Parts: sequence; structure tokens; C-alpha cells
Amino acid sequence: MTVNTHAAKRPAPIREGGVSRSVFVAFNYFLLFLMMLVTLYPLYLTVIVSISNGANVMRGEVGILPVNVTLETYRNIFKGDILLYMRNSVLYTVLGTFVNIVMSCLCAYPLTRKSFCARKFYTAMVTVTLFFSGGMVPMYLAVNTFGLMDSIWALILPGAISTYNMIIIRTAFASLPDSLIESAQLDGANDLTILFRIVIPLSKATLSTMVLFYAVSHWNSYFDAMLYIRTKTKYPLQIHLRNLLVAGIASEELQAAGTGQAFAVTERTMRAATIIVSTLPILIVYPFVQRYFVSGVMIGSVKG
Amino acid sequence: MTASGPIRAYKNSLPNRAIKAIRRDRWLFLIMLLPTAYYVLFCYYPMFGILVAFKNFMPKEGIWGSPWYGLRYMRMIFADSYFWHVFINTIVLNLANLAVTFPAPIIFALLLNEVGSLAYKKTVQTITYLPHFLSVVVIVGMINDMFNSTGIVNTIVKSLGGEQQSFLTSAGWFRPLYIGSNVWTNIGWDSIIYLAALSGVDMQLYEAARIDGAGRWKQTLHVTLPGILPTIVIMLILAMGRIMNVSFQKIWLMMNGGNQQVADVISTYVYQRGIVKSDFSYATGVNLFQSLISLFFVIITNTISRRATETSLW
Repeated sequence: MTVNTHAAKRPAPIREGGVSRSVFVAFNYFLLFLMMLVTLYPLYLTVIVSISNGANVMRGEVGILPVNVTLETYRNIFKGDILLYMRNSVLYTVLGTFVNIVMSCLCAYPLTRKSFCARKFYTAMVTVTLFFSGGMVPMYLAVNTFGLMDSIWALILPGAISTYNMIIIRTAFASLPDSLIESAQLDGANDLTILFRIVIPLSKATLSTMVLFYAVSHWNSYFDAMLYIRTKTKYPLQIHLRNLLVAGIASEELQAAGTGQAFAVTERTMRAATIIVSTLPILIVYPFVQRYFVSGVMIGSVKG
Repeated sequence: MTASGPIRAYKNSLPNRAIKAIRRDRWLFLIMLLPTAYYVLFCYYPMFGILVAFKNFMPKEGIWGSPWYGLRYMRMIFADSYFWHVFINTIVLNLANLAVTFPAPIIFALLLNEVGSLAYKKTVQTITYLPHFLSVVVIVGMINDMFNSTGIVNTIVKSLGGEQQSFLTSAGWFRPLYIGSNVWTNIGWDSIIYLAALSGVDMQLYEAARIDGAGRWKQTLHVTLPGILPTIVIMLILAMGRIMNVSFQKIWLMMNGGNQQVADVISTYVYQRGIVKSDFSYATGVNLFQSLISLFFVIITNTISRRATETSLW
């Protein structure tokens, strides 16, 4: 699905308006250039802080270029438990996204079958949750009651379906021609077969966008883990990063680095390096999938 | 002959038709089984759990078994001056945030729409959408690094002869930092919807305006803006619905002893009372109050907008 987010070109922008128009155009280009700079600079700064000598960073010398480049910080963080946290995050993201997609498809399909006798009931059941929810504490108590505390399922089941994303998938399913499904029914296929053999394969474009949405939100979330996970070895990467931000947990790992390097690696360079490591998967994938994200927003907005 | 009447009536009776329909749709019901379980367990059961706010909750007794407490917690909440403090904080932070982050992407989309070069436009879009995909922990991490006492911002301030500021731990800087970083994160992404609306504005209207002698600015004012007004209104209604629930996650990461007096909002208060101090009933009551006000805001905005602009969610 390609969606055109570029407004159709208005004819001959420069000619009308004369000088004031050209001044505006130049100013506009410059302003947008500035915006790109402001957007990228914090990320760039984090990169150069992470590869600079900690002592130089502390003296405020790192702002435009890295100073005394060293990879000691990265060597250091990989000595810690970060690989374990990354492994956890990957596991939560993959498993969580899989559950999300399967559950959302299962939920979306019956809601598109016009002949389904309980369609209105189920649609109402789903829509109510868009406007009202139990809130943080009842959810916490529910997870506790179901015995999910400190389990990986506490990060996956409570958000198994994002109703908003599910509605986007439903829109995609509903856009398939009815005749396709009817002819499959005449061939004796049941709805489960139709869903997995016909409807899902034909909705790949939308579903891949949804995979991205779900995956990014799993990778980035820290709140669920903060609520439900107690055991340190089950922490996702974002909780590790959060702990680095809040407390000076890095310091113990720093001491392990030995006194000789104590100044080359500081809490600040460690934090910067951890930020980069945890963001790298997104930064790498982003340029390739950016347009799918955009198309996802557009499908969502036409749902009304 | 006479027997056919009652038999037909039996065949058409309601329970019989229901059984037939269920048998016909059995696969659909089967498919819906897991999603229904999800909605019941993780959406409706927690809604039922709101009852905790009206009970003297004892974990051993469960939600249903705990004794009723009536409105006692509600009265406690309304008498709690700190609750009103975080209530005001929530509204002030949200209104200030809305006033900045709502128009920003609209202006950005309008500026982007004036760019003639498609390649330049695409580059700007690709780059400004990026922060939307960063985790809030990463964003706050970058804020902390830049606005630290030895961070880049203070380095610049000092080199310009200014005095070192404690941005991160002062009450006065919390809102600007929170709102500013929200703009940084979302201005690009939020503009997508307006760019799409802009591409839908009828070209003939521009033509007509030009014939009437309207310049570029007048065209923007009288053609472009009215053209995307329905989108703006819908987005505003949605934003009003969120006016009571600020992002807990970001504030929780940014809050510290220095800025707590302005940073503490309803959701962080619910977390502290409910989860940290296990004051479940009280926190649920606060949460319920917040949800009801949110619902009220959505309904009000929707009604006003339906009357004034004939655009509404329902």
C-alpha cells in the first residue's frame, strides 16, 4: 500500500509573489534544515560521548567532535550483563509480537464477516475498551490474581491485543472482496482455513506494518517490566537503561574496569553507550521500513 | 396438513433459530474464543476491579470478598490536599503541553507543504519522523546528558557568560523540558496526518483564489486552513480525551526531589500510592476519578465540535 503524503504540487511556487516569495522560500528551506539539525544532534552527541574519553566529556570538551576516541566504554558495558538483557528484550519482542499478530488477526476476522450473528455484540465489546479501562491498579491486581507476577507472560498477555491496531487490521480484512471468501466457502473451506490461507496472505502489507508497530512498542517498553518483573535476570534492556539513568548502578561495573581506565570510562559515557546499543536495532531498521510506518498511520486514519 | 403449522412454528422459534445460527457460525465463535478470553481477562476483569475503590480491599479475600466501604475512600480523596495538588499539576502540564504540541505539527506540515523539491521534503520527513521510534528511556537519557550540570547546554550557557543552571532538578525548568522534548519527539510524526489532509485539498480552490487575487498567504488562510479544519478538529477531540492522562512513563523518569512539586501528576501519584505503598483502594479511586473526567472531556469536546463545525467522532 503506497500512500501519498506529499501534497500535490501547487503550480509555479516562485513566480507569484516576487521577491517576498523568494525570501520566504529561502527562509523556509533554512528553517527545515535547522529542524533536521536539531532532530539529529542529540543522537549524534550521544554517539560522540560514547566513544570519547570520559574525562574530556566531564570537562565539557565534547560537543562537536569526539575527543580522545576510545572503545573502552563499549568493551566495558559488554563485560556486564547487557547481553543477557538484550537477549531478554529480543525474546519479549519476538514472542510478544507473534502473540499480538495472531490474536489481532483472530479478533479482526470475525468482525468483518457481515453474516456473523454475534458481530454487533463483539464489536461493542471491543469498542468499549477504547474509551474506558480499569486503570493501573486493577490491572496490577488482575495480573497478580492470574499468577503472572514476575513471569514473561506478564509482559505479553495483558497487551495481547491493541484494539487500535486490531481495528486497522480489520479495515484491511474488510477491504478484501466478499466473493473471494464465499467461493472458498463453496469449496468447503472453514473460516479458520479461510483466515490463514486466504485472508492473512492477502493482507501482508498491512500486517507487516502492524508487526513493526507492535515490535517497536515491545522493544521500547519499560513500564510493564517495572510493574511486573522482580528477578534481575529477566529484565529487558530498557529497565537496565532506566536503572543506569536513575541510580549510579554503573559505578560498580566501573570499579571492575580497574583504576588505570577509571577516567576514560565514566557513568556518563556508559549511559551514552548503552543508549546507542539499545537504539541501534531501531536505527538500523528504520530507513528501510519508514514508509511502512507512514502507511500504517494512514490506514489508521481512514478507519472512521 | 394440520401438523405442518406447529412444526413450522417450532422451526422458526427464537431458540431454534439461535441454535441454527450458532451452528452455522461455529467456526467464527471458535476463532473469537481466544480474543474474547483476552478482553474478558485483561480489559473487563480489571474494569470490574474498579470496585476495589468502594471496598476495604484485603488481598486474601479477593475483590468480591472484601467488605464494602461505600464512598469512604472517595471522601478521603476529595479531602486530600495533595490529591488536588497533583490534579492541578496534571491539568496545567497538559494544557501547556497541548498549547505547544498541538499547533506545532500543523505549522510544520504547512511549511513542509511549501517546499517545492520533493527530495528535500522527503529527507526532512525521514529525519523528523525518527525520534517517534525512540524509547522514552532513551529520550530522557539524552535529556539528562544534555542538560546535566556539565552537559552541553550548561557548557554553552557558561561560555556565553551565563550562570550554570540546574535544569534537571529545578521546578521551573521541568515543564519547558517536558514539553520541549515532546515537540522534538513528535512534531514530525504528528504532521503526517495533516500532510495527508493537505494533499486532499481541492486544487481548483487554489485556482479560484488566485483568480480572485489572493496571494500565497491569503490562499493558506482561506483555502488551506479551512480545507484541513476537519482533521484539526478530530485531532483536537482526541487530544482532549487524553487531557487527564499524561504519559506516566516519561514523567516518572524525569521526576526527582527537585522538581516533584510540579512534576507529580495523577498517574505518578496513583503509582506511588497504589503500587509502591500498596494502598490499592485509594489509588484505584483516584484512577477512576481521572477516567471519568477524561470521558467527560471527550464527550464535551465532541458535542461542542459537532454543534460548531459539524465534525465529530460520533
